Amino acid sequence: MAEFSTAVKYRGDVNVIYLNGFLDAHTAPQLENEFSKLIEENKYSIVVNFKDLNYISSAGLGVFMAFIEKIRENKGDIKLTSMNDKVFNIFDLLGFPLLYEIFKSEEEAVKKFNEIKKLENE
Amino acid sequence: MRLKNLKTNNYIDDKKLIVQSRTENLSVVRDYIHDAALKAGINPEKVGDIILAVDEACTNIIKHAYKSIPDGKIEIQVLNNYKKFTIVITDYGSSFEPKKVPAPDLQKYYQQHRVGGLGMYLMKNLMDEVDYISVPGKYNRVSLSKNLNTVS
Repeated sequence: MAEFSTAVKYRGDVNVIYLNGFLDAHTAPQLENEFSKLIEENKYSIVVNFKDLNYISSAGLGVFMAFIEKIRENKGDIKLTSMNDKVFNIFDLLGFPLLYEIFKSEEEAVKKFNEIKKLENE
Repeated sequence: MRLKNLKTNNYIDDKKLIVQSRTENLSVVRDYIHDAALKAGINPEKVGDIILAVDEACTNIIKHAYKSIPDGKIEIQVLNNYKKFTIVITDYGSSFEPKKVPAPDLQKYYQQHRVGGLGMYLMKNLMDEVDYISVPGKYNRVSLSKNLNTVS
């Protein structure tokens, strides 16, 4: 059985989803549920931390595609951080870096959201 | 390694793995390919590419050939002739025409909120050869090969 789990942490207005283990066609629905829950609560500033993700297949990549437009329509975004090289290479091979901002660290991604918020408030 | 797991209707030996068409079996397939590729002397750095290509092939079979019906049969055979490491995957579900699967278009997926064809694109990029045979009403077979001189 593929091991996969998610955890969500709230950092101010930014919601961080932590991925752990193997994200494939079997486990992708778990991540879909996480996104659905956040969207139901009108939480659209989302950082996904890949630090503990060992594996991703196209079924996992599809989850990010399913929600991104709705989230951006609501002035939010999905920002990705802390991918290992293996996982990044798959994103890169499929051209995802054109559609998603990918950061080295969670701090940078959260900071980017906060900067945008600050500009909007000025 | 020769055992038959009656509980899950999976079969495994050195040359062959048979699993039912359920996504929970993808991890069984990945573990099997991992061990077989290492045994064939493939560079551990490259084993991940092969595992992903086989996962994508099996995911497509589960979703498209068997349309998520969970008791279809997926047969996975590993062939190693010292030049090529080949995985042959056979299913008995609906046939399909690989040439009709369009190349992935991310901008289009963005608007449609879904993706399609990514699996096949990955397979072609991660492997040296990808061949399909489809005999409608009988079986579909995809062969994925890596040249050993580039990955050992």
